[in-house]
Amino acid sequence: MNLMDYLIAAPEIALLGLICVVLVADLFVDNENRVRTFWLSIVSLAVLLAVLNATAPDARSVVFSGSYVSDPLSQILKVGAVIFVAISFLYARDYLRANEIHRGEFYTLGLIGLLGMMVMMSANSMLTMYLGLETLALSLYALVAIDRDNVTSAESAMKYFILGAIASGCLLYGISWVYGVTGSLQFHEISAAVSADPSLNSLPLWFGLAFLIVGIGFKFGAVPFHMWLPDVYQGARTPITLYIATAPKLAALALTLRILVDGLGALHETWSAMIMVIAVLSLLAGNFIAIAQTNIKRMLGYSTIAHVGFILLAIFVGTEQGNAAALFYTLTYVVAAAGAFGIIILLSRRGYEAENLTDFKGLNARSPWFAMMMMFLMFSMAGVPPFVGFFAKLNAISAVVDSGYTAIAVLMVLASVVGAYYYLRVIWYMYFEEAEDKAVLQASTDTKMVLSLNSLAVLALGIVPGWLLAMCIQILG
Amino acid sequence: MIGLEHYLTLAAMLFVLSVAGIIINRRNLILLLMCVELMLLAVNFNFVAFSRYLGDETGQVFVFFILTVAAAEAAIGLAILVVLFRNRRSIAVKELNTLKG
Repeated sequence: MNLMDYLIAAPEIALLGLICVVLVADLFVDNENRVRTFWLSIVSLAVLLAVLNATAPDARSVVFSGSYVSDPLSQILKVGAVIFVAISFLYARDYLRANEIHRGEFYTLGLIGLLGMMVMMSANSMLTMYLGLETLALSLYALVAIDRDNVTSAESAMKYFILGAIASGCLLYGISWVYGVTGSLQFHEISAAVSADPSLNSLPLWFGLAFLIVGIGFKFGAVPFHMWLPDVYQGARTPITLYIATAPKLAALALTLRILVDGLGALHETWSAMIMVIAVLSLLAGNFIAIAQTNIKRMLGYSTIAHVGFILLAIFVGTEQGNAAALFYTLTYVVAAAGAFGIIILLSRRGYEAENLTDFKGLNARSPWFAMMMMFLMFSMAGVPPFVGFFAKLNAISAVVDSGYTAIAVLMVLASVVGAYYYLRVIWYMYFEEAEDKAVLQASTDTKMVLSLNSLAVLALGIVPGWLLAMCIQILG
Repeated sequence: MIGLEHYLTLAAMLFVLSVAGIIINRRNLILLLMCVELMLLAVNFNFVAFSRYLGDETGQVFVFFILTVAAAEAAIGLAILVVLFRNRRSIAVKELNTLKG
């Protein structure tokens, strides 16, 4: 271990230092001036982006005795996570202030969660992965319960905690078996051990693998391990849901790619069958149950499950094309999810939580601009061209077709058609129904601007998707 | 002679016991938290047994990390439990049912 190791891990070290600064500085801020903590957090994230940019890796470098890896994949995911955490802080600010839960803990826990995600994205050993995962999960449990006097928040935090703890337990049990069979915790050594001795590829390792997949399924929210997801999306306050729905999805992708592709790539034949089953179930259950929802946060929760099905199906084929499609899908889905929850936050105000689908009735009459933005986001999620969601789905489906799984590709197309129904219903409410609530939308100029840019990004990325896709292919090629 | 398989069997039994405890128990959330701890301890057993068998210390180092995280997890779990109790005056599992659909 030398000085170079610390330089390569500079983003995480810098973030840890900045978290301490925000934590201490927040003690000297009273409730009326809490917005100062917000600005300090945004400045910290900007500094972090600068550090990430300065330490951008050209190639893969493994440091800290093989526990930490810095490569282009970790770089793009970290930049994405930092940007989405900053966006969720911005959308949350006015909402938290209006509802009198504008506490400094929101920002510090959000930043600690970001640290956990960044550690996961750079993990090269099971131990680093586990520690990053727990750092993220423990801050998310606390964030969900941040509104102490709200019964549903407390209940969803408890459910999230119990199911998250079971997921960690299963993941750890799987890790212990993989460690016992291969004798190592580092992904490249596990992969080398399995390639060197094919007799290891047998029942004990598959047993561990099954538990790893249960853990991954829980963290991603794939059926049948999805029970927590709709409850948490609905029960948590909307800015917290926004936080959970965006950046942690990038970390979950890192978890899946690092463990299954980097570590256990040699077992592709075994894990692809398990991943296929949970992905197809997620695709079907997510889309069909979402139709029955009346609560938009819960509906978007089930829609997330359906999108996770798409991401896992792209990973299941095990080709570089499939992994690149999964990365592209996750990055672009998170843009649309951030925008959609941002608009739900925009519709809420003091003492009034916009969370029912009917709250979107007549949005066009109240604010034609944001109705159009919501329409863009819904079209993108439904996969209508020329929005970016269409290209994400197209890439995932073509990766599946190119590997010869035509039946699954047909299923993916049919599921998207079913999914289009509930996204279009939101658009129908906005444009063709009379508003029940005619209050003017109130938001600060900066929130409105970022929200508009965020929504326009799904259109812009859809018109020129080539560069991002080329980047994804180059990273995973 | 007690060998690796005995330790692994014990760990598997503890693990199944903890999962069963979580699924069957409908009465008390504190029992759920205890089951979660038991689950992590079962994993620790596995790690120590494998570590001894392989003659490699990494597994034992992992156990220290799991113990630390388990303490943090228990703290967060109990904190959420207190929040829940303040709001509902009950910690029964079967009453966690306002969120459905």
